[in-house]
Amino acid sequence: MADYSHDDSHGHPENPIKYYIGVFVLLMVMTLLTYVVATRDLGSLNALVALTIAVIKATAVILIFMHVRWSSRLTQVIVVASVFWLLIMLSFTLSDYFTRGGWPTGLGAY
Amino acid sequence: MAEHATHVEGLAHHFVSMEQQKEAGMVGMWLFLLTEVMFFGGLFLAYTIYRTIYPQGFLYGSHLLNVKLGGTNTVVLIVSSLTMAMAVYYSQKGEKKKLIGFLTVTLLLGLAFLVIKYFEYASKIQDHLFPAVGLYAPETSGAHGVPLELQQPVRVFLWIYFMMTGLHALHMIVGAGILLTLILMARKGKFTKNYNSPVEISGLYWHFVDIVWIFLFPLLYLTGAHLSSGSGH
Repeated sequence: MADYSHDDSHGHPENPIKYYIGVFVLLMVMTLLTYVVATRDLGSLNALVALTIAVIKATAVILIFMHVRWSSRLTQVIVVASVFWLLIMLSFTLSDYFTRGGWPTGLGAY
Repeated sequence: MAEHATHVEGLAHHFVSMEQQKEAGMVGMWLFLLTEVMFFGGLFLAYTIYRTIYPQGFLYGSHLLNVKLGGTNTVVLIVSSLTMAMAVYYSQKGEKKKLIGFLTVTLLLGLAFLVIKYFEYASKIQDHLFPAVGLYAPETSGAHGVPLELQQPVRVFLWIYFMMTGLHALHMIVGAGILLTLILMARKGKFTKNYNSPVEISGLYWHFVDIVWIFLFPLLYLTGAHLSSGSGH
């Protein structure tokens, strides 16, 4: 979560290196976790878990490495908007594809 | 309005202050990254749709990729993101030596990624798994070859694999060029405590490219990892 109480402060924390190391450790642990989980058969949950871990990793990179946690409100709005626009594109297109009568069901086996 | 033009090192004439200039640069970069999100988003969309059509083809195709090399590259990129963040930090501190050091390490890690990627591509082409006409002969790849009924679905997967990782690698090449430019600029003493926007903005780009890989690695390499190796179904 972005800390909006600091929205227009350009002040980065006194010592951001400890945050950077923290994110680095998180990314490494999450990478190991995503591999371990992927080797277990969880059925359709495999994809969901993989994506959840990837989203957590991406969020950490955006907030800390890309300084969005300490950026201006305007920058934070653009970041949120980019995610929102991506979701519009994904959800509208997929809702179209997945509700088409002409879905190539015969190919689904492969 | 600035009444008189006191020259500030690194301040372009159409900005009032260094702060305003920096903010404009950051906002501009984030808008560019937004277009990049949509750009890669289209490919992730194609991935989702084709994976739904050809679930078995994607599981089998995922098995054909080298998880060790893909995983190594994931670690390489994570470390490079850390060193890039450190480079940005030292550019803010105005510590030239450490800035150049971390930029150089980041560049070397980026190049390591590309070298590993090259070997991955080369082995795919050697195994006749590059999906282009004349180069795709999956029946000859591996011990028994790709099963006949999966050859077309696997080909779709491989197109998506080469398209997505190729576009990502292209971004890495551009990123390496940017890093080299930054190193040369830093050596000439272009960056100071007050002026380091190029380093910060390039950092955003580098981290973005890392984020793309964070999604590519599990979706492409690990999708079939829970199945016994080689069979794919």
